[in-house]
Amino acid sequence: MSPDEALQVFVAALTEVAPEVDAATLDPDVDLFAQVDIDSMDLLTVLEILRERTGVDVPEDDYAALATPRLAAAYLAERVEG
Amino acid sequence: MPSLGADMESGLLVEWRIGPGDRVSRGDVIAVVETDKGVIEAEAFVDGTVEQLLVEPGARADVGVPIVRLAGGGESNGPAAAKPAVPVDGSEGASPRVRATPGARRAAERAGVDLADVAGSGGRGAVTEADVERAAGGATPEGDEERRRRALRRSIAALMARSKREIPHYYLAHTVDMTAALALVAARNAGRPPGERLVPTALVLRAVALAAREVPEVNGTVVDGGFVANERVNVGLAVAMRGGGVVAPAIADVDRMDLEEVMSRVREVSGRARRGLLRSSEITDGTITLSALGDRSVEEVHGVIFHPQVALVGAGSILERPWVRDGRVEIVPTLRLSLAADHRASDGRRGGAFLVRVARLLESPEEL
Repeated sequence: MSPDEALQVFVAALTEVAPEVDAATLDPDVDLFAQVDIDSMDLLTVLEILRERTGVDVPEDDYAALATPRLAAAYLAERVEG
Repeated sequence: MPSLGADMESGLLVEWRIGPGDRVSRGDVIAVVETDKGVIEAEAFVDGTVEQLLVEPGARADVGVPIVRLAGGGESNGPAAAKPAVPVDGSEGASPRVRATPGARRAAERAGVDLADVAGSGGRGAVTEADVERAAGGATPEGDEERRRRALRRSIAALMARSKREIPHYYLAHTVDMTAALALVAARNAGRPPGERLVPTALVLRAVALAAREVPEVNGTVVDGGFVANERVNVGLAVAMRGGGVVAPAIADVDRMDLEEVMSRVREVSGRARRGLLRSSEITDGTITLSALGDRSVEEVHGVIFHPQVALVGAGSILERPWVRDGRVEIVPTLRLSLAADHRASDGRRGGAFLVRVARLLESPEEL
């Protein structure tokens, strides 16, 4: 999966949990928690959606690797086969 | 129409979940009602068979007015002689099966737009307020969401002002070493998919419930100026709503659940509450409240007790701090707990015993 595709998948999962998020104004390089109203429970829901769609299961120790949308996309892109 | 808060005067019936002939049991969700506090799933107070729905979707009913007649249960939610509900002018009932945000439902109601005719652009195809405004061709008055926010803010302010005015609060705080609790969470979550993972708040919720059973002076409500302890422990969990505002839906019988059950309830309840969707029993049945700030916030919260309860436990973000253990200074993850409690029900000695008990349970999490 390309980083651009991965970013789309990630943002789609995010907007399902936080419908007020506007994909157009989301800054891929700004800390996710600084620009989106999500709590730890919301994050688990986002990760569960990503797991269902991509098969990538983000372990707890890797949460920090998803700090910004772009980092999260890179993380996914690296691990999704094909 | 049930009273879903001390300051509620009326509610808007959004949709029915039952129809004539249906059997309902106490606790079943029978209708969706909108109030200043958000969208609430109203539950039946009694068992019975639905004879007649007395209020149309889209109509507003005052608190105490019957909204449904049950055979074998009488009329629900008020005296039979109360005046009938007055339909809201020009409004249509919201379509029950369309996925839409609460703001969109309100906007659709105001504009007379059927949600089923609107293409949704939100998550999972949900219809958003903007979608409704587009569909209505700009007919929806702007600022409906803003009005909702102001109403919610007024409602919170009224409730908090009443708490501050009537409840003689006292405050205590204590710091807990969370090393063992976090190790338990990490071990438990390893290899589990995100949907089955625990968050530390579930442990705090459980510790509060067990400690509240041991110190009943913090668990209950004030009725007619006097404290009444409750045998059940229904812990309200303060949840920040999307778009602003806070609600504290009660999770019933936390003292009788295991951690897995607590976590699945936390997940379900907070997911709904974040979107402003509560059940009536969650608003009325709480016996104590937990305000947990979660990750990335501040170290301590001094809460306002949720009237008519008598105690609110605050939990800050888990932060690393220097900690003295066996005469040595170490860096450990810590949690700053606070207690706001009502002097009509307890005083500092018992409140302190309660908070120490919560701390001990979190430091020996295998007891949770």
